[in-house]
Amino acid sequence: MRKIRQSLPLLLPLVLSAAVWLPIVFLVGGSFMGEAELTASLAPVLSGGEGFARWDLIPLYPTLRPYVELLLDSPGFFVMFWNSVKITLGTLAGQLLVGVPAAWGFARHEFPCKNLLFTLYIVLMLMPFQVTMMPTYLVLDRLNLLDTLTGIILPAAFSTFPVFIMYRFFRGIPQALIESAELDGAGSFRIFWSIGLPLGAGGVMSAVVLGFLDCWNLIEPPMTYLKTKALWPLSLYLPQVVTGRAGLALAASVVALIPAILVFLYGQSYLEQGIIAAGIKE
Amino acid sequence: MNSRTAGRMRGLLFILPSLLGVGVFVLAPFLEVVRRSFTGAMNGAFVGLKNYADVFSNGAFRLAAGNTLRFVAFCMPLLISLSLLVAVILYGNPRRAGFFKTTFLIPMAIPVASIVLIWKALFHADGLVNSWITAFGGQGTDWMQSSAAFWVLVGSYIWKNLGYDVILWMAGLANISTDIYEAAAIDGAGAWTTFTRVTLPNLLPSLYTITVLSFLNSFKVFREAYLVAGDYPHSSMYLLQHLFSNWFRELSMDKLAAAAVLVAAVILLLILLLRRAWETE
Repeated sequence: MRKIRQSLPLLLPLVLSAAVWLPIVFLVGGSFMGEAELTASLAPVLSGGEGFARWDLIPLYPTLRPYVELLLDSPGFFVMFWNSVKITLGTLAGQLLVGVPAAWGFARHEFPCKNLLFTLYIVLMLMPFQVTMMPTYLVLDRLNLLDTLTGIILPAAFSTFPVFIMYRFFRGIPQALIESAELDGAGSFRIFWSIGLPLGAGGVMSAVVLGFLDCWNLIEPPMTYLKTKALWPLSLYLPQVVTGRAGLALAASVVALIPAILVFLYGQSYLEQGIIAAGIKE
Repeated sequence: MNSRTAGRMRGLLFILPSLLGVGVFVLAPFLEVVRRSFTGAMNGAFVGLKNYADVFSNGAFRLAAGNTLRFVAFCMPLLISLSLLVAVILYGNPRRAGFFKTTFLIPMAIPVASIVLIWKALFHADGLVNSWITAFGGQGTDWMQSSAAFWVLVGSYIWKNLGYDVILWMAGLANISTDIYEAAAIDGAGAWTTFTRVTLPNLLPSLYTITVLSFLNSFKVFREAYLVAGDYPHSSMYLLQHLFSNWFRELSMDKLAAAAVLVAAVILLLILLLRRAWETE
């Protein structure tokens, strides 16, 4: 009886979990249905057929055809996938290259106007895309980077959010370690390289995982600054496939999902640490 | 030059590349946008507050600002309290917490683009949700083409962000020292008293950051709204984000500049106000 009372509150998260798992089961299950089965069950939604749509959790006639067609006969898909990879890797590389030293500088050094600058970084990290939309447009226009992948990557590389995340981790390194290295005659770059980086690796990983999930899901900047559809990332292009070819669209959705899920499974603890690092008060 | 000033300059060296980029890509152009918000779109002549007046008298702006405010006013308290409830439940069941934490974080990893088709199949007038509702004898609605679209948006936001907030609340819960709970138990406090008198007050510091972060994430629902319903969705879910991208496409740069400055100012003000409110707590 006590056991039941203890588990009773778990009903709420259990019901909410269903809302998470159901769409995923629909998505994955649907991607193995043939075009015919999908068209039959989704006719009311897709083409105005009679009655309600239905969706079987498990395909009646499972098939790999949508995947085969996607991977062998859809060159467009590969271009978009590759665009997503380029944008994501480029942005992450840039964020690490400038962000890691900056985070270390803020966390471990004193310099003029430091507090003011850091407050500025926090304010910028809190501004939504709509605020920076026109400023970024003006710069990209001036630099002739509109409608290029570089124009998407560069502004994102200077995002202040990863700096803030890594800053929280670098702050956690004990001062005594750094002082003893200074006594041994290590310079500030050596300390950054051999103490800061290894001990702050968790912070770097957290920033990478959060950054990856955000980049892979990028919508607003490519939609605003990229006119050429051949440059679009998957996150923006996928919904365009939807019209008509439901099977293909579902297979494409699953393939687009795989990298994000892999990063999530591998980096879940970093993801949690990153969320917490942004959230706790100093 | 003594070694201390040298050390100070070295610190600046670490942040210099980042600072340069931020200056070039954000600060300088933002100042330019502020300047443009006071000038005409065509000739660049100074027009005072005319652009701001235009924005405020614009019907689309009023609709979008009203919807955005309404959206934030509904979804934030809902998300913050629901995630607190889930966090407290999971905190009391550490053995099951891992599975649920993973579950609620998964939507963060799912690209919006991957679930667009599912959302359409679910919320279409002849879609799955309506078929379930009618199966239980209810009356379906055309979710995306009526004022119900607003609630689909609120639901999507909670779906996406529940895990994020649960993690933050659980970190806050873990920070409360067990001594206080033991003291409360010795004083004979029941579960409810302990929750309202011990747990809640000690969670207040987390509330500020959770509120700010949830507010920011609320701007990202535009992704769901845009991919599911396009540039001009049902008027109940026409948000400031739609308005911005539509003005951008129409090249209404004068209005866009004024609106960007306004949004930046409102957000800055909200953050400062919230911080003030919680610091005087």
